[in-house]
Amino acid sequence: MNAAADLVADAVVKRFDDHVAVDSLSFSVARGSFFSILGPSGCGKTTLLRMIAGFIAPDGGEIAIGGASMRGIAPNRRPVNMVFQQLALFPMMTVGENVAFGLARRGMPRGERRRRSEAMLERVGLGGAAHKRVDELSGGQRQRVAIARSLVLEPTLLLLDEPLGALDLKLREHMKIELKQLQAAFGTTFVYITHDQSEALVLSDHVGVMNRGRFEQLGTPQDLYYRPQTPFVAGFVGANNRIEGIAARPDGALIEVTTPDGWMIRARREGSIGAGDAVEAFVRPEIATLARREPDLPHGQPPHAGEVQSVLFDGANSAVLLVEARTRREFRIALPQTGQFADLKPQERVWFCFDPGRATCFPARQAQGRRG
Amino acid sequence: MADAAATEHAATEHAAPGLAAPGPVAPSRWSGRIALWLLLAPALLWLLALIVLPHVELALLSFRERVGPRQYVASLAQYRTFFDEPLYWHVFIRTAWMSILSTLLTLLLAFPTAWVIAKIARGRAGALLFAVCLIPFWVSETVRTLGWIILLRESGVLPALLVKLGITAVPVELLYRDATILVGLVYTSMLFMLVPLVSSLESLDDSLIEAAYDLGAGGFAILRTIVIPHAAPGITAGCIIVFMLTLGNYLTPTLLGGKNSAWFTEQIYTQFITRFNWEQGAALGFLLLALSTGLVVSGLRLTGQRFGDVMRRT
Repeated sequence: MNAAADLVADAVVKRFDDHVAVDSLSFSVARGSFFSILGPSGCGKTTLLRMIAGFIAPDGGEIAIGGASMRGIAPNRRPVNMVFQQLALFPMMTVGENVAFGLARRGMPRGERRRRSEAMLERVGLGGAAHKRVDELSGGQRQRVAIARSLVLEPTLLLLDEPLGALDLKLREHMKIELKQLQAAFGTTFVYITHDQSEALVLSDHVGVMNRGRFEQLGTPQDLYYRPQTPFVAGFVGANNRIEGIAARPDGALIEVTTPDGWMIRARREGSIGAGDAVEAFVRPEIATLARREPDLPHGQPPHAGEVQSVLFDGANSAVLLVEARTRREFRIALPQTGQFADLKPQERVWFCFDPGRATCFPARQAQGRRG
Repeated sequence: MADAAATEHAATEHAAPGLAAPGPVAPSRWSGRIALWLLLAPALLWLLALIVLPHVELALLSFRERVGPRQYVASLAQYRTFFDEPLYWHVFIRTAWMSILSTLLTLLLAFPTAWVIAKIARGRAGALLFAVCLIPFWVSETVRTLGWIILLRESGVLPALLVKLGITAVPVELLYRDATILVGLVYTSMLFMLVPLVSSLESLDDSLIEAAYDLGAGGFAILRTIVIPHAAPGITAGCIIVFMLTLGNYLTPTLLGGKNSAWFTEQIYTQFITRFNWEQGAALGFLLLALSTGLVVSGLRLTGQRFGDVMRRT
């Protein structure tokens, strides 16, 4: 593995009774990078993070941080600090005491402690707040205190457990940018867990998409978005139209998919698919083009007829929800920013098409019992 | 009780038309205020009749001296006796000291118990443990103390066991010792320490402990910097309750300590009941009140707590 990796997990396993929370997971995180673990709740990401922090011991495998094995090392002796979901700032202490807490545990003299914690608060934009009580701060300021409290210890690895989950939307958007800037400024390796794909895409250098205790795909945000390798990743990362059907004859990289009710589309083949196999195809809303008349569609892409169901206006993320004319299957298309379709009405007849090379088609997942 | 129920009933009836009134017609301020006073009435009545009036009477008693049959003059003689007679203030100081010791012992024993109930057992198991701690209190204090006598007296269970194990040659008398009194007092007041401690530890967010652990703190540092500061109001409340109960306890020291117990409440009892010297008894009673108030206030000062905070948070 990479010599400059700050975190290396090798075949890490954790079971709870007969349920496997983390299933033989191996990955490494390069020094100074921002790594996210993205997955739905119950996928095992919190268990993984708590194993890295040392709160629970793996049943098998090895975790190494900064090149040293962490087997049998207690959380208070690991070069790792964690930003908790609810932040867990100490309400019985001032902001300054919170930040100096870890330094005090290392036996640093009081004067040095104060100097360092104040310098750290300065760096996160909270200079002069050292004497304040924790409950006098706003949500975003508390967030920064929680990060400062960890970073002042200069950990090899900073773990963040969905720290933006408790914030309201506006603040969350703001803190996303701030987190990324902080990471760039400090150069500390961040391991971030979240169920919010937008957070993972915006913040990370690399993302591991986790499902049922395993990584479905590990790659850059662009990889995950444009080249998903499993149906789970295609469905979980970004919005997608999912079309189930039966594969027809492969045609080079492309394949023809027919739904049980007879709608035929074409998509790029991913994995081995033979004629007659059950498949799932995914078409992103933004790769489809909308037109009022068939001739206005770009040439060379198979046209489909549709009927507008509803217009979902959301500023730059506006979309139209329509149904395919014959099968009444729902299909979502992102609206262009030109305002060209601002006057679309429900029941209106429209045409759409998409580049089959940018849609993906996977072998259908075996019928799996889904967990909550 | 019937009185209280009737008052509440009256208050509800009174408030009802105001609440049922449609539209913007608010119940008048007067009706709200009357309802408040009616609801408070039983408590105020109780305070006045059972606490304030007897104390006024006792205060008057303590400041007079009997000079002849049915002849009394105002004087400080009762208080002077207390300071002139070494027995009184020796017992006074001993009672205070033993009560403080017993409170600290109770805290020391109750804290780990409360921790197990609130943080380790939790849920059903925690409730079960709590019930186990509560069960002895279904029996009256007298019966519980007699239980200790059966265990500890010379012909009792424990001395016999010590002989059988060859630790002592003959059965020893374990009653009538200071340590025995402390055991009894701690046992009696355990629950009153446990309740506020459990509730204050339950409200401690586990992630604070984990965060401290993650930031490099060991077990003792977590206890000192996180757990105790968080539980301080509960600890203080428990200590105040236990200290007052212990200081004012009569039964346990008398039964377990016998003639050697020298508890201050016994002196008061003797004045009132045996000597029929109500004036002296009243003075001693007020001195005990002053002692407990003084010690509680200085305890709060010492730990930097405020009484209002403690009562509000427990």
